[in-house]
Amino acid sequence: MGVRVGERAGAALSWLTSMEWEAPGILLHAEPFGEGDALASVLTEAQGRHRGLARGGASRRQAALWQPGNLLHLRWLGRLADQLGSFSGELIHTGAAPVLDEPLLLAMLSAACAVAEGALPERAPHPRVFAGLLRLIAELPRGAAMLAAQVRWEATLLAELGYGLDLSCCALSGARDGLAFVSPRSGRAVSEAAAGVWRARLLPLPGFLLDEEAPAGPADWRDGLRLTGHFLARDAFGQQHRPLPLARLSLYQRVAESTKE
Amino acid sequence: MGGPEIERLIAELARLPGFGPRAARRAALRLLRQPQARLMPLIAALRDAADAVRPCARCGNLDSVDPCTLCADPRRDQGLVCVVEGVGDLWALERAGVHHGLYHVLGGTLSALSGVGPEDLNAAPLLARVAAGEVREVILALPATVDGATTAHWLTDRLRPHGIAISRVAHGMPMGGALDALDDGTLAAALRARQAV
Repeated sequence: MGVRVGERAGAALSWLTSMEWEAPGILLHAEPFGEGDALASVLTEAQGRHRGLARGGASRRQAALWQPGNLLHLRWLGRLADQLGSFSGELIHTGAAPVLDEPLLLAMLSAACAVAEGALPERAPHPRVFAGLLRLIAELPRGAAMLAAQVRWEATLLAELGYGLDLSCCALSGARDGLAFVSPRSGRAVSEAAAGVWRARLLPLPGFLLDEEAPAGPADWRDGLRLTGHFLARDAFGQQHRPLPLARLSLYQRVAESTKE
Repeated sequence: MGGPEIERLIAELARLPGFGPRAARRAALRLLRQPQARLMPLIAALRDAADAVRPCARCGNLDSVDPCTLCADPRRDQGLVCVVEGVGDLWALERAGVHHGLYHVLGGTLSALSGVGPEDLNAAPLLARVAAGEVREVILALPATVDGATTAHWLTDRLRPHGIAISRVAHGMPMGGALDALDDGTLAAALRARQAV
């Protein structure tokens, strides 16, 4: 009898103590905690955005590992599911190092990580957002052309959070062709022909959001960032009474300034 | 265990880097056992440092004179300024004895997510020195991290209009480093920064 009770208690205890998972994850943010540890926030496919203590994460040995944008093989372990828990990680792909010397690419990486960190709720899986961010970071070294992919990823993130843009047809006329604007209130597309006197109030819709193959330049990237930035600020961050992250604002500013040159 | 004074001493020591409660207890015990030889000199040193040491208004270094002894040294190249994140980095470069110019201590790096913005950095005195035409070259010796690189780009954008030379320390192979022990990012940086021999 005593053995059975012990077994049951052991089983219950093992359930309590087996709070762990292993998965690839993208590091979004790590801030020093104590002398050598770091509080890390990662994005994984199945666990969503997840925080944990990376022991030694701020130490000289591990500082290169816990950099935003790095893809890590993570192991999270906590005594209870709702505890902060702790991470250990191994590098799979370095997303940060290839772009450190490129101001625009570094700004893109920082902005993407900051948006994911600020907009996504904790421990809610968003596989499409994870897959999109993974692809974006992997292809960042291709250069400024990846700004279109970044805007598309932000649109995906908005859709996943329930604030998706409706770019299927014109909100006013129902037309499917000639879509050139988005209503800043409804997030629905408006055609060039139907824009009329409201044109100045509408947000320009860059062609690459309708057709991935459409050619795009700095002005299109700027318009795209302005478009998703408006809805991120109003909905994803506004609902939390938080401003758009500084890194995202800096990216828009950098791209907008490049269109003036 | 002891009186509240001992507990307070241990608590204060435990707040220091490298100390935990256990090390703090050992240190406190050593100090209290030899008050004349250990405790009183430490008290005097702490009091003197607290009274005298201030950040240099020009470069941000810690010293008991302002401008600091490095800024005031006429043998140093006054037109060459090395920008570092903290005083610890300045001390590391001075230990190595490889930089014969001046320094500027930023006091941190930009971090959007940690809420560190440009206004939190000690950058204004550096920009003022450059604007006054005192500087010929700025060497950015900031950490090879996302925050360090972001800060370096931010500073570069502000320094470039002044037409001075701007360089940064190289990233790559450390002395005595074996290739198979390096992380992927360092290897990539080392290959990108390869030099003709």
